[in-house]
Amino acid sequence: MVSTYVNPVYDFQPSPDQTANPPAHHPVIIVGGGPTGLYCALDLAKQGIPSVVLDEDNTVSYGSRALCFSKRSLEILDRVGCGQAMVNKGVTWQLGKVFFHERQVYEFNLLPEEGHQRPAFINIQQYYPEEFLVNRIRDFPEIDLRWQSKVTQVKKTGDLVEVSLTTPAGDYRMTCDYVLVADGANSPIRESLGLQSSGQIFNDTFLIADILMKADFPTERWFWFDPPFHPGQSVLLHKQPDGCWRIDFQLGPGADRQAWRDPEKVRPLVKAMLGDDIEFEFEWLSVYSFRCRRMDSFIHEDRILFVGDSAHQVSPFGARGANGALQSAENLIWKLARVLKQQAPAALLQTYDQERSHGADENILNSTRATDFITPKNRVTRLFRDTVLELAEQYPFARPLVNSGRLSVPCTYKRSVLNTPDSVNDNFPPALCPGASCKDAPIKVLQAGHSAEPWLLPQLGDRFVLLVDGRHLPREDLDQLAQVADLEIVVLAEYVSSDYCTLKDSAGLVAERYDLQPGTAYLIRPDQHVVARWRQVNAHKVLAAMQRALAKELV
Amino acid sequence: MNQLNLQANFSDADAFFAALADLHREGDERKSERINARLILLLANHIGDQAVLLEAMRIAAQVTTTDE
Repeated sequence: MVSTYVNPVYDFQPSPDQTANPPAHHPVIIVGGGPTGLYCALDLAKQGIPSVVLDEDNTVSYGSRALCFSKRSLEILDRVGCGQAMVNKGVTWQLGKVFFHERQVYEFNLLPEEGHQRPAFINIQQYYPEEFLVNRIRDFPEIDLRWQSKVTQVKKTGDLVEVSLTTPAGDYRMTCDYVLVADGANSPIRESLGLQSSGQIFNDTFLIADILMKADFPTERWFWFDPPFHPGQSVLLHKQPDGCWRIDFQLGPGADRQAWRDPEKVRPLVKAMLGDDIEFEFEWLSVYSFRCRRMDSFIHEDRILFVGDSAHQVSPFGARGANGALQSAENLIWKLARVLKQQAPAALLQTYDQERSHGADENILNSTRATDFITPKNRVTRLFRDTVLELAEQYPFARPLVNSGRLSVPCTYKRSVLNTPDSVNDNFPPALCPGASCKDAPIKVLQAGHSAEPWLLPQLGDRFVLLVDGRHLPREDLDQLAQVADLEIVVLAEYVSSDYCTLKDSAGLVAERYDLQPGTAYLIRPDQHVVARWRQVNAHKVLAAMQRALAKELV
Repeated sequence: MNQLNLQANFSDADAFFAALADLHREGDERKSERINARLILLLANHIGDQAVLLEAMRIAAQVTTTDE
């Protein structure tokens, strides 16, 4: 095997906490330094909350693992300053092709719409985002990232959580207000607390072969059902950075896991696929089967919060694992920060469980359906599957039935208790309803905004934003709202006429996407989800919606 | 909400049944299965409405014959 990536080694540093007596106390301790845990620490720091991150290893991910990062994930990573590094290194793609036997039956384009800063998807090996997040953490002295620090026990005692850990310099204990458990799909902490993540186990085995080759395959996602070079099974080909390609071979149930880790066994399979002329080398081989499962509740004893794969796990088809994890993390952090700062009641945290349970269910449903299409469970289902694929080549009607993975799109928290429902008389279109994540559009910053970027999304997030169409400014109301903590007014206007952050809708796409009319306003949560909107905004409406969005009405 | 039509609706019932029998005249069961699968998909798309389709599936799964 060859390697294009050398894992950085992060040295263990003893902490003064090792000898602290009584044990040191931190507001938040994060167990696990994967993408979820690292992101949580950065988002918390941006919200003014220090944290300690504990990782049992001394490096980032071994092997490519999570590969497809969605537009929403890039936008989430943008909020902590890691989006651009992802796009710079990643391979941008938006075209997917589906083959049945030797023929192409269908192709799809993921982002037919212009005017978004970030592409629909990029491919990038999981060790890169982890490395970018670790590097970014160095800019935040309030994040204490401790390597080779393995958590052995998490226990709630009174209003605190006690965390015990073992390190090369010995064992010690700390306490915290909240612990975030981000220790992965097999979560040792979840197991040690006797908690279950339940769902469906799939019997099929899959082989990931990351290979290095010089080939002129286009940057597209190619998916084969029952190809001549691997009869009866499915194959996925995807481009990665560094001249690397991922090939995902379905092996069927009961494959010999050990045998398929041998490059000499895999070589003929890859040769049959690529032809004899293309030279390649293996970078990584792994064999896996998967589960779709989730915990009944992501919150245990009020203060032990599960996030990412430890809370919910999906099959890889649809790229909903890491992308779902980041959506969960961003959903949790703004709420946790406001509870810790006593700006919101603890009831706000329960909405993390509610909203992300909905997100997890949606991801599990989509991922299970894709898996069932890819691996039919009996002869008749296979017959229908194959018939769909045959018909899709000639007849458009069959194409929506082809399912090689429904790729991750941002979750809409339509039924969230935090939302203020639209007033019927306001006649808003369904897009960008309360609960939806905001859409991007190009803008020009006329008066100092949250960011200098000429895009709408970087102007939103981190705090509540009231996005107002400036053609009708209820000036007195806005001046009153400008005094409200945690709320910033952002005005869309042609010229600067106020003391507020002012953006010019340079391509007219904000007006189009948000269906703006004079006086229209959107109240936007710190995670860039819409929580209320009005045709005629006033201070009274906004204040009531803020109360609701912070769960103050739930107490 | 649309409902599955359980009243007679064929423009020419005898001709339809004859055409259906003709489709399967060769007697090759594998081939017949594939034809049926295509037919179900074509007709299901034409109906489109999920509630109507679910109602048809429910009745199809429920009605029993002597050999079941």
